[in-house]
Amino acid sequence: MTATTLATPQAQVTRPSRLTLLLRYLRRNKSLTIGLIIMFGLIAFTIIGTLTLDKADAYPLSVKPKQPPSAEFPFGTDFFGRDLLAAMVVGLWQTALIGFLAGGVAVIIGVILGFTSAYFGGPIDTTIKGICQILTPIPVFLIQVILAGSLDKRDVTIYTMAFIVVLLSWMGPTLVIRSQVLSMKERQFVSVAKLSGTGDMGIIFGEIMPNLLPFIAASFVGAVFAAVFASFYLAVLGLGPLREPLLGNTIWAAQSQGAFFNGWWWWPLEPAIAMVLILGSLALINMGLDELANPRVRRTE
Amino acid sequence: MSVKKIISRLLFLILVIWAASTITFFVPRLSPRNPIRERFQALARSGGFSPTDLETIVASYNAKFGLDKPLYQQYIDYITSVLRLDMGVSLNKYPRTVMELIMDSLPWTIVLLLVTTVLSFVIGNLLGAIAAWPRSPKFLRLLATPFILLMGVPPVIMAILLLFFVAFRLKVLPLGNAYSTGMIPDWSNPAFVWDVVKHQILPALALILGTVGGWTLAMRGMGVTIQGEDYVLFAEHKGLSGTTIFKSYYLRNALLPSVTGLALALGTVVTSAVVIESMFGLPGLGRVLSNAIYTNDFLVIYGVVLFITIAVATLMVVVELFYPLLDPRIRHD
Repeated sequence: MTATTLATPQAQVTRPSRLTLLLRYLRRNKSLTIGLIIMFGLIAFTIIGTLTLDKADAYPLSVKPKQPPSAEFPFGTDFFGRDLLAAMVVGLWQTALIGFLAGGVAVIIGVILGFTSAYFGGPIDTTIKGICQILTPIPVFLIQVILAGSLDKRDVTIYTMAFIVVLLSWMGPTLVIRSQVLSMKERQFVSVAKLSGTGDMGIIFGEIMPNLLPFIAASFVGAVFAAVFASFYLAVLGLGPLREPLLGNTIWAAQSQGAFFNGWWWWPLEPAIAMVLILGSLALINMGLDELANPRVRRTE
Repeated sequence: MSVKKIISRLLFLILVIWAASTITFFVPRLSPRNPIRERFQALARSGGFSPTDLETIVASYNAKFGLDKPLYQQYIDYITSVLRLDMGVSLNKYPRTVMELIMDSLPWTIVLLLVTTVLSFVIGNLLGAIAAWPRSPKFLRLLATPFILLMGVPPVIMAILLLFFVAFRLKVLPLGNAYSTGMIPDWSNPAFVWDVVKHQILPALALILGTVGGWTLAMRGMGVTIQGEDYVLFAEHKGLSGTTIFKSYYLRNALLPSVTGLALALGTVVTSAVVIESMFGLPGLGRVLSNAIYTNDFLVIYGVVLFITIAVATLMVVVELFYPLLDPRIRHD
């Protein structure tokens, strides 16, 4: 009896709950923590904004134009009569949508092509690798400019933006996944699985894929970052869906109306700060995941 | 360096140019838009000529630009004209050719790119080298961190923050454009030159601050590796002074990978420079591009894109071919 009562507190000490372990890891991995906190802040801002504000205010001619930030309009209003608080909420949501859509599809393509390339080798590998290598020195953004510029401006939507970004952003993930699979398929556990008669699919999904998950997660965050970045640059050049309050569009509109010349400083500044927060948090999360995926760079301090 | 290596690099360059021009040839033809018809429809709406006239005009222009020929013939014509650097004429500023528009704006872009790339390369690498060098003063080593953190801020956003704090709040520098309105462009007038320089500071600063961290980070990583090399230890034991080791043994060798990175970085810096030029209203390639986007001047959009692509790919290959001259340990074989 006494032995069991003694054993219980000891078990509690040696096996902390999963939540404690997670919190302990987050305390060590500072970049991941800070990145996630900023990201949750942005998500909370978007959700609360979507629930409380009228989304129609994010479009032209809905409020009194050219108002500086005040109690009524905390973020001010722009030249076209958008409430910039509503525009930020809708813009953040649309930016996230493009990022996750384009980043997600790019990583799926990258995983499929990278796997096929590395696992089967031979002419398939040479072709896929060759295409990636030829496309890499071409400034991808400029080709995206051509694609976006060839569309009728009325046809451009959030989804066509995401599609254009995807078309030229699968090369990075493909090369990363390919090199990881190449190194992984030489490991002993794969040879053992092969010798014990596991099929190709069994090895890919049962043996290699689980070990690859951290790399897939890291390249997903990287792809989201690249997609947000690319769509932002396209929009700043005036190639975005012009009616939508996408963050890049707001900057384009502000610059083409000479916002700083006219003293409407809040108009371009707000989307710029929002963009810094998004890209900053994604970069921090990416760094944190890198540490998780690649224990060699894991800090000991 | 073997002849075979040079030939394979040149073949690669040709392949890149072919891929880029093929993309710019086929993508517009996939979309249902007809730029010539659109242009004349816009003119017809404002000018007023009858629809039948419009058809004959469009047909005659299609013949003039060879758009009535079969697709393969158009493709061959297109590729050969790209190889001659003939990108066609501007639809909006006809009869000016795309190449003329590019050549007019190119000096602005080249100067901006050259100044920012050199400054950012020198500052970034020095900061990185100092940060990794254990004997450098502490305050200099700490200087690297803020620049590495700035890496997350794209140059375009840096530009807006600079515009707000430096130009709008402090009013020290102009808000945009190449020179003050009312100034007469005259390069022999020192007042005009000073005015142009003042207008270039913020765009250049935005580009430098956005790119310097990359060099610092790479150099700091490389510096740590170099310090463990035998020749550095040997130099230390020979009793050479700290500055000699820093300059001739450590910095020189740690710089080598950064030089390769220079060519690769060019692709991304060009992108940022183009967007920044269009934001600040500088008369470089960026404004040519954004004006063309605004007026649907397709041939100019394709021409500018192709031109930049060819330039960047060529520079990359050139750097790669000259690299063995800098680092004798690398032999192309």
